[in-house]
Amino acid sequence: MNLHEYQAKELLKRYNVPTQEGIAAQSVDEALKAYDEVATSKGNKFAVVKAQIHAGGRGKGTMREVPSQHGVQVVKSADQVREVASNILGNTLVTIQTGTAGKKVNKILVAQDMYYDGPSERKEFYLSILLDRARKQNVIMYSTEGGMDIEEVAHNTPEKIFKEWVQPAMPLQGFQAREIAFNLGLSGEAHKNMVKFITNLYNAYTGLDCSMLEINPLFKSSDDKIIAVDCKMNMDDNALFRHKDIEAMRDKSEEDPTEVEAGEYNLNYVKLDGNVGCMVNGAGLAMATMDMIKLAGGEPANFLDVGGTANAKTVEAGFRIIMKDPHVKAILINIFGGIVRCDRVAAGVIEAYKALGNIDIPIIVRLQGTNAEVAKELIDNSGLKVKSAVLLSEAAAAVQEAIAGK
Amino acid sequence: MSVLVNKNSKVIVQGFTGTEGSFHASQMIEYGTNVVGGVTPGKGGSSHLELPVFNTVRDAVLATQADVSIIFVPPAFAADAIMEACDAGIKVIICITEGIPVKDMVMAKEYVKHRNCRLIGPNCPGVITAGEAKVGIMPGFVFKTGRIGIVSKSGTLTYEAADQTVKAGMGISTAIGIGGDPIIGTTTREAVELLMNDSETDGIVMIGEIGGNMEAEAARWLKGNMRKPVVGFIAGQTAPPGRRMGHAGAIVGGAEDTAAAKMKIMRECGIHVVDSPANIGATMAEVLKKKLATA
Repeated sequence: MNLHEYQAKELLKRYNVPTQEGIAAQSVDEALKAYDEVATSKGNKFAVVKAQIHAGGRGKGTMREVPSQHGVQVVKSADQVREVASNILGNTLVTIQTGTAGKKVNKILVAQDMYYDGPSERKEFYLSILLDRARKQNVIMYSTEGGMDIEEVAHNTPEKIFKEWVQPAMPLQGFQAREIAFNLGLSGEAHKNMVKFITNLYNAYTGLDCSMLEINPLFKSSDDKIIAVDCKMNMDDNALFRHKDIEAMRDKSEEDPTEVEAGEYNLNYVKLDGNVGCMVNGAGLAMATMDMIKLAGGEPANFLDVGGTANAKTVEAGFRIIMKDPHVKAILINIFGGIVRCDRVAAGVIEAYKALGNIDIPIIVRLQGTNAEVAKELIDNSGLKVKSAVLLSEAAAAVQEAIAGK
Repeated sequence: MSVLVNKNSKVIVQGFTGTEGSFHASQMIEYGTNVVGGVTPGKGGSSHLELPVFNTVRDAVLATQADVSIIFVPPAFAADAIMEACDAGIKVIICITEGIPVKDMVMAKEYVKHRNCRLIGPNCPGVITAGEAKVGIMPGFVFKTGRIGIVSKSGTLTYEAADQTVKAGMGISTAIGIGGDPIIGTTTREAVELLMNDSETDGIVMIGEIGGNMEAEAARWLKGNMRKPVVGFIAGQTAPPGRRMGHAGAIVGGAEDTAAAKMKIMRECGIHVVDSPANIGATMAEVLKKKLATA
């Protein structure tokens, strides 16, 4: 599960990680009030308005309806807040990460300006924490090159990316936090603040069960404060059972509505751009089936794992979800019946097919495993326009025929 | 000889009296697995499926000399169950549970690393040595006895591979479902190594998927140890980057995570890689025939 910047910053505060203060707003009026609170009332005129969507590249991205407006903007008056807020709220932000469809912005964050002048030089760093799968431990990745695309930094100047691995089941050690702060070129008060920041941030990562936590830019102010100016936080879905409050922060409007609906039926669905839909039991076999569709000359329209129980209800839900996509020209059902018997699955497919009435695209049902032959007979004698198969190679050939329009 | 489990394995079931545990324990017993009891905290002293129930794994080991455990406890308690089994001296721990938090698994993995036991899974179908012992949730009848070993991250794709192998005229020695999570106890390389050293295995089917570097690691090891033919398949050639495909571990992060990158490395290391999952069995039959012809 992904969180918005303003939600992630709220969570970081619980772990005493200093963040750029800000207030989320859903309307122009709320934005004006927020501006007063973070800027005017504190004797400042500068603030920054940031569109809240689950995608990066907001600063360079622009609003489709108001192309001159970027997703992040520094403001210096109430009038400007009004203008920027109305440019962004309710409109669509297109960034390098959203694709051409863009994302509708429902909330903006009005945040304090941290880039004021002071005795020392301001600096922007990069820092993220994630699991290193190969080493089976968490790694802290950091760089002096903050505020920019880290993949570009890693590609062009890999020597500027540092890594610090943390011993499993132990907190980050003091010497590690100190080393990170030294490698970032800090000394004195700023070094002390960075050590505290990193220690608390690592505690937040483990305490909240994050799967990725990225601070970019990680900011050193001109008075040596260390602050998270932006924050990207992904949660480990498997651990949400112990963080009900975080689960409640889920913003379904950021997710594909069909994928949300599939989740309600306990179906694991991912929409893709192809023309052949598929419904499979098991994630590995589902991916393998998608690959087979491609080899047969089609393009998979989706990933859909129906899990352990392929009955009439789940198959019907699967059919409905796949057929919402107008590009689907054929559907392949591939079930390996182990514990679940194929004849039961076949009966479920027939029932679901009849319940849906008019399906005008070719359906190929491949059932293998327990009672596969009985299942094939059931399908063949059902009188429905469904092609049956037992071997995976037969299913592939049937897909090929269906695409060719035979 | 066989790998991990055989007819002499004494198996206990953790989460014995729950729905999943009960169902699969009875299926395992029906297959002929030597299940000697189970553990459900608080129900010690009772009996279930005509076998004794214990409060702790330690009690179960003392009373039955169990050396293999299969875990069906819910995700919130599964890492704890793994560490309990390890601490009680169980040698092979097979964790079926799906959905364990990554943080818990990092801890459990570190715990078992320093002790003398092998963890398989989590989020896996288990291990079956055909005709001897099924310690998992796979349909036993698919795995006809033979001399091909299987290593796979996925459940139904393992059954598919086994079925094709049998239909192509061969059979299965041991099939190891290693699991689809980012942190698992036994890696592809370790499982392949076990089968490479098994005198009852003549060929190995290695099935991977997108995400992580385990297949590349296994391939590089195989390059210098290819004493038996290996047929490989990677699921997810059509999976887009950045999207998680069902398994928590099945997500393309970097360039090395993709199916194409993995297949390339595997081919370079001498593995017979198939593009289509429909060709796993036929390809194994073909390479074994060639090997016999040249031997």
